[in-house]
Amino acid sequence: MSSRSTPRVGPLASRTHGAPHFDVDAMLADPDVGIIVCCGSGGVGKTTTAASVGLRAAEQGRHVVVLTIDPARRLAQSMGLTELDNTPRPVHGVDDRNGGSLDAMMLDMKRTFDDVVVAHASPDKARQILSNPFYQAVSSSFAGTQEYMAMEKLGQLHAEAGGGRGHGAWDLIVVDTPPSRSALDFLDAPERLASLLDGRFIRLMLAPARGPARLFSAGLGIVTGALSKVLGAQMLRDAQTFIAALDTLFGGFRARAEKTYRLLQAEETAFVVVAAPAADALREAAYFVERLTEDHMPLAGLVVNRVTQTHAAGLEQTTAAAAAQRLHEAGEHPVTAHLLQLHADRMAAIANEEHLRRRFTAAHPRVPVVEVPALATDVHDLDGLRAVGAALGAAGPPAESA
Amino acid sequence: MADNGKASGGGRVRLHVVSGKGGTGKSTAAAALALALASGGNKVLLCEVEGRQGVAQMFDVAPLPYEERKVAVAPDGGDVYALAIDPEAALLEYLDMYYRLGRAGKALERFWVIDFATTIAPGLRDVLLTGKVFEAVRRRPKGDRAKGSAARAYDAVVLDAPPTGRITRFLNVNAEMAGLARVGPIRNQAESIMTLLRSPRTAVHLVTVLEEMPVQETQDAIEELTRAELRVGSVIVNLVRRTGLSDEALDRAESGALPDKGLRDGLVDAGIKPTEPLVQALQQTAREHAQRVQLEASQRALVEKLDRPVVELPLVPDGIDLGALYELAQELKEQGLA
Repeated sequence: MSSRSTPRVGPLASRTHGAPHFDVDAMLADPDVGIIVCCGSGGVGKTTTAASVGLRAAEQGRHVVVLTIDPARRLAQSMGLTELDNTPRPVHGVDDRNGGSLDAMMLDMKRTFDDVVVAHASPDKARQILSNPFYQAVSSSFAGTQEYMAMEKLGQLHAEAGGGRGHGAWDLIVVDTPPSRSALDFLDAPERLASLLDGRFIRLMLAPARGPARLFSAGLGIVTGALSKVLGAQMLRDAQTFIAALDTLFGGFRARAEKTYRLLQAEETAFVVVAAPAADALREAAYFVERLTEDHMPLAGLVVNRVTQTHAAGLEQTTAAAAAQRLHEAGEHPVTAHLLQLHADRMAAIANEEHLRRRFTAAHPRVPVVEVPALATDVHDLDGLRAVGAALGAAGPPAESA
Repeated sequence: MADNGKASGGGRVRLHVVSGKGGTGKSTAAAALALALASGGNKVLLCEVEGRQGVAQMFDVAPLPYEERKVAVAPDGGDVYALAIDPEAALLEYLDMYYRLGRAGKALERFWVIDFATTIAPGLRDVLLTGKVFEAVRRRPKGDRAKGSAARAYDAVVLDAPPTGRITRFLNVNAEMAGLARVGPIRNQAESIMTLLRSPRTAVHLVTVLEEMPVQETQDAIEELTRAELRVGSVIVNLVRRTGLSDEALDRAESGALPDKGLRDGLVDAGIKPTEPLVQALQQTAREHAQRVQLEASQRALVEKLDRPVVELPLVPDGIDLGALYELAQELKEQGLA
């Protein structure tokens, strides 16, 4: 378990329904935090959050690299990422008065995989692997590879950053997790590799390639027979050749993935769960929180994006709706009537969102929460990222007059 | 073979694949489409593949096992069945159906083959998920043995598919498989699936909202799908807000130039005390609303340029429940998607 002290409770704790306030700036200012991982379901603003956190940290003086997995095009452009070349590039336009810097990169899973092959296999073997049709399908077209490669890349960046001791180019790595079925497929990657390598399956696949060994029991014969029947002899043979060729790489792969997994459990890592104030997104968020706790991953807090705001909290929904109705029926003041109805709709949305967040906090009372107000337009430049960062940082959302 | 479907429906779409950026409401749209297709006496299967049990929550039924269950009755007769496809169960079923492996099947399980195929190996999950959908689309009604019969167990199948970022890779996985297996049963199966997915009997509908990133993703997805020879059906614009303000009022609202006096008088007539902060709050609300309407108008223009049929679903302010699903289904029907 983490021994980090519980985050400070902000002055506006009441706004977050009894949950402690998630002090993002304190997290960014903590030199012991070297990795921030943003996770959450798709479409909740995860990549935007990662980019905003990275920019804010850089402008506060840290040397940051942001690893994004699959950013929307305009968001990528906002950070100057016009091509996917798998290498961190400096982001221009960052305020460096505090001595910080920001680099950003997009993960190219095929390239990352190729690099691993080239770096860890003999030139002959590497050529053989890279031209194998199975390898080409697995490395470029198949879902699931991204998780393994994100893990690999994070490990590489961490090593380049000087092992988190700040001796390298960066002292903070911000990671945006892959848009998987479950973002935590990312966490499962090392265990899956391990269970693959420890499993009888791999021995089964390797046995014929290594020649008839004593492993070749009757049970094995039945299985190979069945596989051959299902896959066809050619495909089984190709698969075996592919796995035999990769065999030498697997060990190293797994060792690095496990190292990265332990790194994620370490004190220097902070997980940020991102959600929108909607039932399904908060349900996913609750699932992440539970899973992170189970795996002893240090959870820093929950970011709730796109929270509906009002400018007149004192005017209740029912009053506004009734007033709008009255004007509407009288056929007078159509503009005022419409604005009152808009206000009533917003108040209804706010009530619904508050209900959902209260439900989350009731189940997870110790998870610090910070809210980011809904913006009228999309975020697609550094100023937009700065605005989100400002909402995330410092004192949290503005206090409301009752 | 697969082409028999034409005889019954004259190229009618049998498989509706619904995708969209996360957060745009693709599952809601898929459920509403299933209801719309079922109405008037059809039997429709709604499949989910991401293990979230979203269908059960929307239709307010207990979590779905790996079994087709009736979840709703459509207007004017017709049934919606639902299935949460589990890759492991699908694999075991597939092996049983086509190979009758018996003892050898058990041996596969012992040797972690099943585990490997369903969780560890990249890509194979998608093969299994699309394979099961394929089976459901082509399934004959019980007891129908007539050779060449075009009757099918379901009139239509709706797939609540992975999000736009992954949809092409997901649907195209069998083309990759066909490339890997040069001969044999896997190749035949993979080719049959791709034939169905690329035929006029399959349409991929893309759900979006009127914001920059989702519209951009929709455009990217159309390009990718087209390149992979997959057919894009309609663009479903979800969460559409309708404004009651005139263009003139919107222009003024945007520059904060609605007359304060008008607002004050309106509030008085409505029985609300017109304090200065309240008037300014309404001005601010109006400005944000006008910005939003303008953003949506510019995005709508982009959606129209995509050159696909467009259907719109209204924003349901207080969340989606079963009643709202029926209303959305009605909208889809009226706009000709079902």
